[in-house]
Order: sequence, then C-alpha cells, then structure tokens
Amino acid sequence: MRLILDDEQQQLSATVHKVLADHAPATRVREVMTSDVGEDTDLWRRLSSELGVAGLVVPERFGGSGAGHVERCVVAEELGAALTPVPFFASAVLAVDTLLGLGDDEACAEFLPTVVSGESVAAVAMATADGMWGAKPLPVQAESTGDGWQLTGTAPYVLSGMLADVLLVYARTPDGTGVFAVRPDASGMTRVAARTLDPTRRIARLDFAAAPARRLGTGDAGELRRSVGELAAIALAAEQVGGMRRVLDMTVDYAKVRVQFGRAIGSYQAVKHTCADMYSDTEQAISALRYAAWAADHDRDALPGAAALAQLYIGPSYFRAAANAVQLHGGIGYTWEHDAHLYYKRAKSSELLFGGARQARERLAGLLDLPGGS
Amino acid sequence: MAAAGESAEQFRARVRAWLAAQATGLTGSGSDDVVEQAKRFQAALYDAGFAGISWPAEYGGQGKDATLQQVFNEEASGYELPTSPFMIGMGMCGPTLVDLGTPEQKTRHLRPLLRGEEIWCQLFSEPGAGSDVASLQTKAVADGDGWLLNGQKVWTSNAQWADFGAVLARTNTDVPKHKGITMFIVDMRAPGVEVRPLRDMTGKSPFNEVYFDDVRLPGNAVIGAVDAGWQAAVTMLGHERVSIGSSARRRYDPLASQNLVELAAELDTGTEPDVRAGLVDLYAAERVLSLFNTRLQQEADAGKAPGARGSVSKLAGALLLWRAVEVAGSVAGPRAIAWDPEDEGDQLAVAINGTPASSIAGGTNQIQRGIIGERILGLPKEPQVDRDVPFRELRVGTQTSG
Repeated sequence: MRLILDDEQQQLSATVHKVLADHAPATRVREVMTSDVGEDTDLWRRLSSELGVAGLVVPERFGGSGAGHVERCVVAEELGAALTPVPFFASAVLAVDTLLGLGDDEACAEFLPTVVSGESVAAVAMATADGMWGAKPLPVQAESTGDGWQLTGTAPYVLSGMLADVLLVYARTPDGTGVFAVRPDASGMTRVAARTLDPTRRIARLDFAAAPARRLGTGDAGELRRSVGELAAIALAAEQVGGMRRVLDMTVDYAKVRVQFGRAIGSYQAVKHTCADMYSDTEQAISALRYAAWAADHDRDALPGAAALAQLYIGPSYFRAAANAVQLHGGIGYTWEHDAHLYYKRAKSSELLFGGARQARERLAGLLDLPGGS
Repeated sequence: MAAAGESAEQFRARVRAWLAAQATGLTGSGSDDVVEQAKRFQAALYDAGFAGISWPAEYGGQGKDATLQQVFNEEASGYELPTSPFMIGMGMCGPTLVDLGTPEQKTRHLRPLLRGEEIWCQLFSEPGAGSDVASLQTKAVADGDGWLLNGQKVWTSNAQWADFGAVLARTNTDVPKHKGITMFIVDMRAPGVEVRPLRDMTGKSPFNEVYFDDVRLPGNAVIGAVDAGWQAAVTMLGHERVSIGSSARRRYDPLASQNLVELAAELDTGTEPDVRAGLVDLYAAERVLSLFNTRLQQEADAGKAPGARGSVSKLAGALLLWRAVEVAGSVAGPRAIAWDPEDEGDQLAVAINGTPASSIAGGTNQIQRGIIGERILGLPKEPQVDRDVPFRELRVGTQTSG
C-alpha cells in the first residue's frame, strides 16, 4: 500500500488550493450560503472545465482524465478545507460513481460528458429514511408501465437535489434495485428544499407520484448502491480531513497571537495539549484516508473495510477538532462572524451523513466476524 | 554469512529462512534463565550476520543500509525473540557510542555488545529528575586523572544484569542545569555500585534503583565531551524513540483487539451492544495507528525524517492501551475480578495493571503533548524560570539541589 502522495498529486493539491483561495475565500462562501441557490454554480463550472475536478475517476472516452480516487480525494480535501459550496459530492462523486458502475455505456455517453464539464449537475437519491444506504428497503418504488417506468415514494437527503438538472434515483423494482433517470421537469415529481444544520451543503427531498422515469443499466443495482456508498464515504473522509487540517491551523495560529494573563494562550498547557491532541487525531485521520483512497484505486477487496474504517475514525475526530476549535477561540469562536461555527456545523453534519459512524461500525463488526447485531 | 551485492529481497529471504530455523518456538520469557537464553540467541544472530545490521563493519556491525534493519524487523515481528536484555544496549547505548564514542570506546564495547557478551543499561532518571531529566543531582567530581561518582538513579531497566551503563552526572553546578552535565560509561561491577530491585505495580521487578557510592570512573569513560552530556542524552533519546517506534508488538498481547474479540466469543459477551461497539472502535483505533506508523516509515524512506512526530506514535499508542483496558473490562466482566487458579486470568490482570507504564515510561503523555505542541506546531514554551539560573541555586524535585 502507498500512504504518501507523489509529486503530481501534491501539485494538484496546491493548484486547487490556490484557485479556491483566489476565487472562493470565506467571504464568498458566506455570500453563496445565504443566497437562494446556495451553491456557487460559476465556480463549479470553472473547477470542472478548467481543472477537471468532476472527471478525475472518469475514463477519457467519457470526457474525464482517468486519474483515480487518490486524486479525487486530494481535491475533496481542499474543498472540505475551504467549505466550498459546489455540487462536487452530488455530481463528481455519487452520480459519476453510479453511472460508471452501471455498465451501461449508452447512459455514460449520454450523461457523463456534460456532468464532467460542469454544464450539467447530477444528483442521486439513494438514502433510506434513516439516512443510510444499508439493507433497509428503498423508499421509492418503480413500476413498469409497458413502454417505461414510473416512480412513487419519497426520497430524502438528496445532496444538491434542487440545483441538479439530472436526477438519478435508486428504487425498488420487481427484480431488485434499479437506477432511474428522471427529467427535472417530470410530471409527478416535487422537490422540497430541506432546512439544514450545515449552511454550506444544500439538501433536498424528492416526492414522486407516478413520475415518469427511464431505467438505466440492467440487473440488480443493490451491490452498486453499496459500493457507491463506500466510495462516497471515502470522498467524504477526504473532505473531513481537509476540514480538520484547516481548523487545526486556525486554532494554532490564534493560540500564538492571542494574549491573556500576559502571555500567548498557546503557551498554557491546557491549550497546548488540546492542540497536540488535535494534531495527533489529524495525522492519524490522514493515514486512514490515504489507505482508503489507495484501496479504492488498487485493492477493491479491502475497500469495504477501508471505507468503514475511515468513516468510523474520521467523522467523530473531525467533530471533536471543530468543537475544540470553537472552545479554544473562546467567545469570538462562538460568534456568527467567525468561521469556526461553519466548520462545527459541517463536521457534525458530515459525521452523520451516509450512515455515519453507526453504519460503519456495523460494517466493521461484520468484517471482524463479531456475532449479533441487526 | 552476509553475501556481497545481495538485494533487499535476497536479504529478506535469508532472514526469513534463518528465523524459521532458529526462532520458531522461542517465547522470550518463561525460560529458567532469561539472560543465558538471550546471550545464546544474540551470539547466533551475530554469527548469522544479523546483529548491528547498519552499524560500522570495523566495529563488528554489518555496515549495511538502515532499510535492511527495517526488513529484518518486519520479518521478526511474527516471532517473540528472546533479546529483551539487549534492547537498551542495541537500541540506545550502542547507537550513541557509534555516534559519539572514541575509536577506543567503540573497539572496546561495540563488538562484545553485538556478540551478546555484555549487557547495558541507561542511567538517566532520578528521584528528583523525572520528566525534567536535566535537573539530575548525581555528581561526578574530578579526582586525579578520573572522576568520583556519587548519587542515586531510578527506574533503571536491566541494571540487575548489566555489565555497563551509560550514566548522566552533574560535573558543573555553576552553570544552568543543561550546561553542567556529562555522560559516562560506568562499569556496573565496580566497587560502590549497588543495584536494588524495585517492584512495579504489577508486582514484578523489571527495573531497579541504582546507588553510586564513591565509584571511580577513569578519564576515558566520558562519552562525547565534559559538560556536553545533555547533547549526548538528546542523541540517545532520539535513538530511544526510534527503538520504541519500531519495536515489534508482542505476539500475544491480551489487550490486542483480536485477542479481545476471541475472549468475547469464548465468554459469549460479544453480542452486547456496548461490548460490540467497544471492540470495533478499539480495532479501528489500533488499525489507524498502525497505518500512521506505516505512513511515517514511507515518508522516512522517501527522505522526510519523522522528527518529533514519533511523539504522536508514542502518545496515540498509550491512549490506545487505555481504551483497550476499558474494552477488556466490558468483555471480561467479573472474569477480570476473580478466576480459578487454572484459568488464564493472570495475563489479563498483568496487562491491566501494566498499562499505566505506557503513558509514563519513555516520556509521559504530558511531555509528548508538550513536544508536539512546541516542536511540531510551534506553540510558545512555558516561561522557564530555571533556564538561565546556575544549577546550585535551583530547587529540584521536592528538595533543594544542594
């Protein structure tokens, strides 16, 4: 296994970092997060068309660069560090992985080039009502109408579901799980913007009442849904690691300049030791992330365990770091003006996304052959 | 025998074959004579060309690349080698002599150490000098062409077997504490050296108190330079961190998650939700720390030195053990309180009772957090009231420095 980045990967990281620093500073993030759309569509088109961030795992014949998951994670780290409100997760992770996994070249050729270029945004409905992608029955039922399909039910927790112009829905069919494309203007579909804990990530609910849909691929997509969930957990872990690094840097910088009782607060052990714990957690989180990203590219047998390990370890660690960042900034850290609360909210929200630590723990218990469980 | 121009993979194959033939079935403990077994095994390692793999060939080492030592360690991690009496000599004192010793010292000491003929100990800590080692009070006073050593050391592992020790002593009290220390080689069989075993909280005696009463040191016993002992100590502690970081985990560790999973299956407690969650979280923490150590190694191989990040490994390892103690309790329940004499409860009890050592020995968790905060994150130091004060004016431990 390889747990360190090569020169090109480091270069990619530096490039994305610079673009985000120039075009999506915190002031811009705040402007976008309070807007109606809530996502920076101009920046997303730029990141997609100029840097190719949406096509890193997409083969060249569908418009991507075919780089890999390590590279996609490098980008996710920077987006997570800057809290950039773009539809990366929906389009470049969930939709791309779903389309590539279907084994349906026609669907890939139809959707991927515009998703990769940023001209269209794709969202994926795959969660059950408990927020997981586990074994429980999907909340949307698909019925054949002879020449097509129609969907009925309620799909919760759809990232970028309001913005997307391509909607992919995992639904129950008589022969297992199917993936369906729904037009954004389809009759019988209603989109409801959810209110969210994290103001920098927009989420929608999709209500279907006999909405016309087109089935993509053939056969049962249950396993696909599971592996898309695992890859999503890894990309999420990368975002979380980026956020951890940023809150650690913010906090250490502040502890060096904030003076109380005549000296910098970072000289007090209570503050210094908390920063040391944040660093120790972050360094370990980076290691778990690199392993999971490496497994996604090079060792698919190890992927389920590596993804669950990253999700279980990193989610709670990021929230702990973000909470400590607020704490060590003191009163100023609790204000709306300071950015600490944005990381706090992102960290808690991400910790619970895609099944959270609870589902990851259950997955690992299975891999460890622990008896019991649900 | 060491073959010239051997590749790393050939070396690995040779190590693997040798270990399979020579180390299978060894336990590292339980033998009636730990020292005799260790000496025999170390001599065999030397004869096979696996002792001091990266040490200079002119003093008995193999003169090879340090990565081959790593290869050896990887291959050896599946065995429990009976070399613990030599750990301090091989891991700390020997490498420090390689760095700082005179040609005469290297010639006298390195080969006998590699051949398993002489055991070493390290004499730094004192009752008044724990985390603050530089406040030590053991004194060496110039006496003719040598020195007279007086004082007391504590927590000295292997002193009961040791032939030689590396001792830190104060040689100048008119300068600040870091500037008046010298490191010496002391003959542990010399008149005036007294070793008293010290029981730890598991009831065993792995370490000792050592008393020096007018012990004569020859002039050529100085390691490095007079009054430059702090630099020598930092050199040795650097070797210690590497030594702890790369040392293989014991093959049977009752607090390892895999063994606790087996215990839970045996006791039928693994279906309890809190026990399950505890076991999985412990496994995750263990695995993530091991990935961190692998990443550190890969960075070192790529030319980026681990520096103070070894402290993360040490700190996280200690915190992991404490978590394991908690999980072990939930797995074992009352079986950790009392057990039949023929059962295996002793091992778990010793592991539970031995865990505090992990967050104290080799630098406490508090010291490691200070190192991470100051050397890695660049946070300012605490105001140091003793940094520029002559040692004779300081208070030390619970006493005055006298």
